[in-house]
Amino acid sequence: MKINQQMDPKERDKQYNDYVKKVTPTHSLGLCMGKAFLIGGLICVLGQLILNFCETNGLDRETSGSWCSLILVALSVLFTGLNIYPKLAKFGGAGTLVPITGFANSVAASAIEFKKEGQVFGIGAKIFNIAGPVILFGIFSSWVLGLIYWIGGLLGLF
Amino acid sequence: MDYINAFWIGGLICALVQILLEKTKLLPGRIMVLLVCAGAVLGAVGLYEPFQEFAGAGASVPLLGFGNVLWKGVKEAVDTDGFLGIFMGGFKASAVGISAALVLSYLASLIFNPKMQ
Repeated sequence: MKINQQMDPKERDKQYNDYVKKVTPTHSLGLCMGKAFLIGGLICVLGQLILNFCETNGLDRETSGSWCSLILVALSVLFTGLNIYPKLAKFGGAGTLVPITGFANSVAASAIEFKKEGQVFGIGAKIFNIAGPVILFGIFSSWVLGLIYWIGGLLGLF
Repeated sequence: MDYINAFWIGGLICALVQILLEKTKLLPGRIMVLLVCAGAVLGAVGLYEPFQEFAGAGASVPLLGFGNVLWKGVKEAVDTDGFLGIFMGGFKASAVGISAALVLSYLASLIFNPKMQ
């Protein structure tokens, strides 16, 4: 792009903005949604497979759910370490972010990335980069709801 | 049939979040926080449980389900332990997921080295 210093600033800004728009990669939203649908759906099917396997082996629903989380988290951490999950995320977008595997991926990725900064202030602190906010606000929101539930119980509402 | 439901509902949640991601430019961390909180609220108003009954892993695997698990843990703990339960249930219910993510990630950081993107 040619920028002429003598150009009218407004005209110059317009040219620049047009240029930025032109070189910014545009993804079609529909296509990205389709990819997210496919990958997210497949991860959930994998979860259903684990759930069904546990339940046919006589575990109750809650225990099956715990096993399901555990296995999905373990797979996600492993695939993050092997650098496969980031590639999947590039394709799947929100499809890899929304399932619990996305949470595990962000925890593992921070731990691995900040390893050079040391055990305590590198891995120890940075492992909570994403996990911290999720745990804090998850626990906090359920605490608020629990408080309402407890007060409601005292008043005989629930 | 449960596989089909898990696939299309789980996929649909992801596709909807993809819209949010593109239109609002929210960072992934914020999206995760939003999903977990929304899941806890949906659980508390009694919507998530019947939804999960229908969708199976399509509802429990997304982070919304994690929020629902937090709420369920708090509710059960309040039922058995009263006031103290408000402080117990969340961590109890999410223990497996959080411990697994932390412990396994730490182990992974000992084994794997960061890759150049």
